[in-house]
Amino acid sequence: MRKKQLMTSSTSSVITLKINGEKHTLPVDHRTTLLDALRERLDLTGTKKGCDQGQCGACTVLLDGRRAVACLQLAVAAENREITTIEGVADGDRLHPVQQAFLDLDGFQCGYCTPGQICSAIGVIEEHAAGWPSAATSDVRPEAGPPPLSAEEIRERMSGNLCRCGAYVSIVEAVARAAGVQADERRGEDVPAGKGAAA
Amino acid sequence: MREFDYQRASDVAGAVALLGADPDTRFLGGGTNLVDLMKSGVERPARLVDIRELPLDEIEPTPDGGLRIGATVTNGDLAAHPEIRRRYPALAQAVLAGASGQLRNMATVGGNLLQRTRCGYFTDVTKPCNKRVPGSGCPAIEGEHHNHAILGASGHCVAVHPSDMAVALAAFDAVVHFHAADGPGQSPLADFYLPVGDTPHRETALPPGALITHVTLPPAPVAARSRYRKVRERASYAFAIGSLAAALDVRDGVVQDARLAFGAVASRPWRAGAAERVLIGAPADAGTYAAAADAELAAARPLPHNGYKVELIRNLVVAVLSELAEEAAR
Amino acid sequence: MTTLTTATTLHTPAVGTAHTRIEGRDKVTGAARYAGEVPFADLAHGWLVLSTVARGRIRDLDTESVLAMPGVLAVLEHRNAPRLTTDYTSLLGMRPDPTCAVFQHDRVPHLGWPVALVVAETSEQAREAAETLVVHYEQEPHDVGFGAGHPDAYAADGHMPAVTEKGDLDAELAAAAVVVDAEYTTPEEHHHPMEPHAATARWDGGRLEVTDSNQGATWVVGELANLFSLDPAAVRVRSEHVGGGFGSKGVRAHQVAAVMAATVLQRPVRVVLTRRQMFSLAGYRSPTVQHVRLGADTDGHLRALAHRSLSQTATGYEFVESSAGVARVMYDADAHHTANRVVRLDVPSPTFMRAPGEAPGSFALEAALDELAEKCGIDPIELRLRNEPDRGPVSGLPFAGRNLAACLREGARRFGWGERDPRPGRRREGRLLLGTGMAAASFPAGAMPSTASATAHPDGTFTVRISAADIGTGARTALTLVAADALRTSPERVRVRIGDSDFGPAMIAGGSMGTRSWAWAIRVAAGELRERLALGTGIPPEGITVRSDTTEAIGALAAAERHSYGAQFAEVAVDPGTGEVRVRRMLGVFAAGRIVNPLTARNQLRGGMIWGISMALHEEAVRDRVSGGHVGADLAGYHVATHADVPRIEADWIEDTDPDDPVGIKGIGEIGIVGAAAAVANAVWHATGVRHRSLPIRPDRILAAAAEAPDA
Repeated sequence: MRKKQLMTSSTSSVITLKINGEKHTLPVDHRTTLLDALRERLDLTGTKKGCDQGQCGACTVLLDGRRAVACLQLAVAAENREITTIEGVADGDRLHPVQQAFLDLDGFQCGYCTPGQICSAIGVIEEHAAGWPSAATSDVRPEAGPPPLSAEEIRERMSGNLCRCGAYVSIVEAVARAAGVQADERRGEDVPAGKGAAA
Repeated sequence: MREFDYQRASDVAGAVALLGADPDTRFLGGGTNLVDLMKSGVERPARLVDIRELPLDEIEPTPDGGLRIGATVTNGDLAAHPEIRRRYPALAQAVLAGASGQLRNMATVGGNLLQRTRCGYFTDVTKPCNKRVPGSGCPAIEGEHHNHAILGASGHCVAVHPSDMAVALAAFDAVVHFHAADGPGQSPLADFYLPVGDTPHRETALPPGALITHVTLPPAPVAARSRYRKVRERASYAFAIGSLAAALDVRDGVVQDARLAFGAVASRPWRAGAAERVLIGAPADAGTYAAAADAELAAARPLPHNGYKVELIRNLVVAVLSELAEEAAR
Repeated sequence: MTTLTTATTLHTPAVGTAHTRIEGRDKVTGAARYAGEVPFADLAHGWLVLSTVARGRIRDLDTESVLAMPGVLAVLEHRNAPRLTTDYTSLLGMRPDPTCAVFQHDRVPHLGWPVALVVAETSEQAREAAETLVVHYEQEPHDVGFGAGHPDAYAADGHMPAVTEKGDLDAELAAAAVVVDAEYTTPEEHHHPMEPHAATARWDGGRLEVTDSNQGATWVVGELANLFSLDPAAVRVRSEHVGGGFGSKGVRAHQVAAVMAATVLQRPVRVVLTRRQMFSLAGYRSPTVQHVRLGADTDGHLRALAHRSLSQTATGYEFVESSAGVARVMYDADAHHTANRVVRLDVPSPTFMRAPGEAPGSFALEAALDELAEKCGIDPIELRLRNEPDRGPVSGLPFAGRNLAACLREGARRFGWGERDPRPGRRREGRLLLGTGMAAASFPAGAMPSTASATAHPDGTFTVRISAADIGTGARTALTLVAADALRTSPERVRVRIGDSDFGPAMIAGGSMGTRSWAWAIRVAAGELRERLALGTGIPPEGITVRSDTTEAIGALAAAERHSYGAQFAEVAVDPGTGEVRVRRMLGVFAAGRIVNPLTARNQLRGGMIWGISMALHEEAVRDRVSGGHVGADLAGYHVATHADVPRIEADWIEDTDPDDPVGIKGIGEIGIVGAAAAVANAVWHATGVRHRSLPIRPDRILAAAAEAPDA
C-alpha cells in the first residue's frame, strides 16, 4: 500500500511527478487532473485544454512513452509515470524532427491544438515502428507485416487530434516528413524563404 | 466534481477489500470514462481505488487453447498483441475502431466492458434519465434518438452500449472473470449485461464491489477469419451508429460455422444467435446472409428516427459475410 | 545618432513569397501563451453557473451554503453584481449581445443563460461550488421550435437590407421553360475554436487590464468600457495568441463576469468557458430554411431567381443569418427576389460564424444551380458562365474585378471536369458509388479604418504596432512581410507587435477584412516613415515613429461590387449500404486578391474548404424541444471533421491583385468555405442520383433517402 497519509480518508496528497526528466513534488487536490497540474501548478502551459473530456486531443502528452490525454488522467494517479510534455520533446535548442516539420510545412494555424498534435505524432511514429496496426490497416494479422505509413494510415492514427482551423493536410505532410515517408500530398510550392526553410 | 479520497491497490484481494461494500467507492482504471463522468457530475464517488498497478496486465494462453486477457491490459496493447491479431482479428479491429490512439493507450479491458452509454440525456445531469436517476423518465424516446437502440430496449431506456471491443468479445463467447468479496466468480459475456426491462440503471451481473480480473476467450478456429466493421458519423474518433463483428467458416460452398454480433443497436453487444442458426449449414451466398440478418432483425423495434439501423445492419451482414466468404475462396 | 544606410539598397519583395510563421517556433514548442495561460499572482478562478430552464425567472439562489464551501470567495448573481450599461452601439454597429450583460435581472431567456459566477481559490473548488449551487426557477413555457412556417417570422435587415425585389417573379416563373423549386435546410452550427474562451481581469493602478482571447482588442475594449461606464483609455485588452475564433470571440459572458469579480474582489480573476458552456455562450450559426426558386429558358438563361431564407435569433437580440444575400451578387435574372427573415425563439444568441450568410446561402443557391443544370441538360460550369452578370444584379454597381469565370475555367482544367459523365450513379468502385460536383463562390472584399504606428530604431530595425489579432490566420507574419516591403527592408529587421489595445484602434480579425485593413494602415505608416528617413536625418535613441489612420482613405473608396471569388470541386465516394460519404479529393481555385504569404494562405483556404466538408457531412447541434437545450453538447456529440475525413485538398489562386488596395489584398478568411458544402452535396447527387437538400448528409439520411427513392 501507499504511504500512510492515504490510509486515512483525505482529499489531497503530496505527490511527486516526473516530468520531462525532472521531479516535481507538490500537494494536489485529488480532483486535479494531470492537465491542470501541468498548467495551473507547474507553469507548463504548452499542454492545452481544448475540451477537458478526452474529445479533442489538445492535451496529448506522453506517459511512459505512449500518447495519452492529460485531461482524463488524475495527477495523483500519474505518480510513478514518466511524463513527457511538449516542453520536453526538443533536444535543447534543437527541435524534435516532428516540431521542425510542423514549423517548416505550416502544420498549424492558431497553434492551440499543435502541442497535442506533435506529441500525438511522436507517439504515432513510435507505435508504427513497433508494428502496431490501425483501423486503416487492411490486414491486421501479424503475418501480413506492418502496414506502410501511408497518408491514410497517418490520418487514421492522428484522428484523435482535432484541428478546427483545418490544417490537416499540412499536418499529415509534416508527420510523413518527420517519419521519413512520402505522403501523397507533397508539393513543390510554398517553399518558405524564412529561417528553417523546407528543402 | 466532489472531493474524494484516493487509494492505490497493490493486489486484487486488497483492492476488493478496500472497496468493500461502499457504494460511494469506485475502482479507477484508465479513467477515460470514469473521470469524464465525474467531471460531468454523473459519477460522484467519495473514494477511488486505483487498480492500474495491479498485476492484471498480461495476455496469456489458456490450457484449453484460448486466451486470457488481464483486466488492466490497455486497449492499445490488446489490439497490438500478435495472438489477438492472429486468432481473433475482429477483436483487434474492434478495439482499433474505438476512440483514439491516446484513449486506447489509457483505457483498460475491464473498464471498457463497464463503460456507460454515451446517450446525450444520460451524460447531461440537467436532464431526466432513468438510467441515471431511476424513475425520472426517458426523454430520448420522444426526443433525439437517431443513434439509439432498435433491439432489446424498453419503454424505460433506449440507450446503446458504446463499446466496440465488447461486440467482438460477444461474438467469440468471451467469459468475464471477477473477484468479489466472497471470492472469484465468472459470467459468460452473453449473461454479463442485464436486460433493460424497467431497471436500466442495473447494467451488469457483476456482484456489488467485485473487480473484473480478466476475460477469457475460448479457442475458436472460426475467429481466425473474422472482421469488425464499424459505421459512424465521421471517418474516425466517433462512436458507432451500427457495427458488426463477424466470423465465417465456409467449406464447399456451405457455411460450417459462423459468429455474428451487432454493436450500437442495443443496451449491450448483441449476439445474433438467430442469424447464426440460419447461416450454419446453409449455402454461403448473399441470399443466406440476408435471410440470416432478417431472422435476427425481425425482433427490431425501431423508433421514429432510427429505423435506418435495421437496413444498415442488414447491409453490413451481407457485405461483410460476402467479403469473408470471398477471401476464404481465394 | 545613427544614420540609416540600408534604406536605398536593392530590396527583394517579401510579399508573395512563402514564409514560415513568425511565432511558429513558439507554437511548436509550447512556449506561446494563450489567454488562460498567463500567470498572475493571487489569481482567483471563476466558474459560471448556467440556467437549466429555457425560459422563466430566477426565484432564488442558495448562495449561503456555497459560500461556506472550501475556497469559495464570492458568488455573483443578479442581486449583488455590479450594474452595467447596455444602451450603446458597438464597433460593429450592433447593440450589445444580452448574453454578455450578465447578472442584471432575474429573467432567463434561454437554457444555458449565465445565472451566477462562483469565484474560488482554485478551479476545482470553483467548479464543485458552481455545480452545487441550487437555483430555483419559476419556469415558463418555451418555444425553441425552429422551422419553415413559424407564424412569428419577420423580415429583418441585419447587415444588409432584408428584402430586394426586381421584376415580376410569378410571370417569369410561369414563362420559364425549366423551373427548380426546392427547400434547403442547414442545421445549427457552432464555431468551436480549439481554445475555449478565456479571460483574466485585474485592476492595475486604476486601469482595467484584461488578458483575453479575442478577435479584436479595440472591439472588446469598446464593449467593456461601455458596459462598465469606463473611459476606453482606462481599459487595456491584450491577446498575444488566440486559439481560433471564427466569429465567436468578441465580448462574451466570461470577460464581463471576470471584470465584475475582479472589481468586487480586487484581485485577478480568470474565467474560462467549458466546452459545454460554449454551446450556449459563444454564439453559433443559426439553422436556416431556404426556399430557392429558379426559372430558366432552355439555354439556361435565368428569367427568375427567388431566394428566401429563414433563420432564428434570441428573444432579446436580433442577429440575422443573411443567407439570401449571396444571390444578390452571384446571378442576375429578369425577376430577382431575395429576402432574409428571422424568428425570435427562446434560444441563445446566434452570431457571425465563418462566412455568415454566404456559407449556408451558397449551399442552397449553388445546389439549386446544380439542379437547374441537370434539368436543362447543361454542364453546371457552362450554366454559371452563361449567367455571369455585368453589373451587381441588385445594386446595379460595377464589379471591381470579377474573376469568377477564370476560377471556374482553371478549376475545371485542373480537376479534369471535362472528362465527367454528367449522368448520376454511373461510376462505381466495388460497392462504392463515385461522383463529382462543383460550386461557385463569392465573399465580400472590404477594408475598415485602422490605425498603426511604425518606428525606426537606430540599429536599423523597425517596430510596427497595431491592435491586430492573429487568430491563426498568419496575420502577424503577413503584416511583417507587408511592413518589410513598405520599408524596403528585409522581414528579419521588422518586429510587428499585435494583440494590445494600447496600440490604437484597429479593425477586428473578421469579415475577411482584418489583414487587409491592418496592412493598409501599416503600409501608410511605414511608407511615410521611409519618406522621413529618406530625408537623411539621424535617428534618435528613442527612434522615429510615424502613425497612420486610414479612415479617410477607406472612406474615399468608390462604391462598387467588391468581392473575392472561387470555384469549388469535390469528388466523393458513397457506400450505399452504410450511407457513409467520404470526400476523395477537393480542389478550390480562388480569385482573392494578392496573396501575401502563399504558405499560410494555402493552409487557410484549405481550412475553409475543410469547414465545407465538415458542414456538408458532419456538423449539427441538436436541440431538444422538451428541455429547450442541446443534446450531446460536446465534441463527441457535435462532430467536426477530423484527420480521417480530410483527403488530399488543393487550394490555389489566380492573379487577382485588387487595384484599389495599396497592397492589392482582398481577404481570404472566408471564401474557402463558401460553396464548399454545395460542391460536396452536388457530388453526392452525382454519385447516387439522390438530392440531399438538408445538411449534414449523415449516413442515416443517405439510407433513409435511398429507401424512399422510387428505384431503390
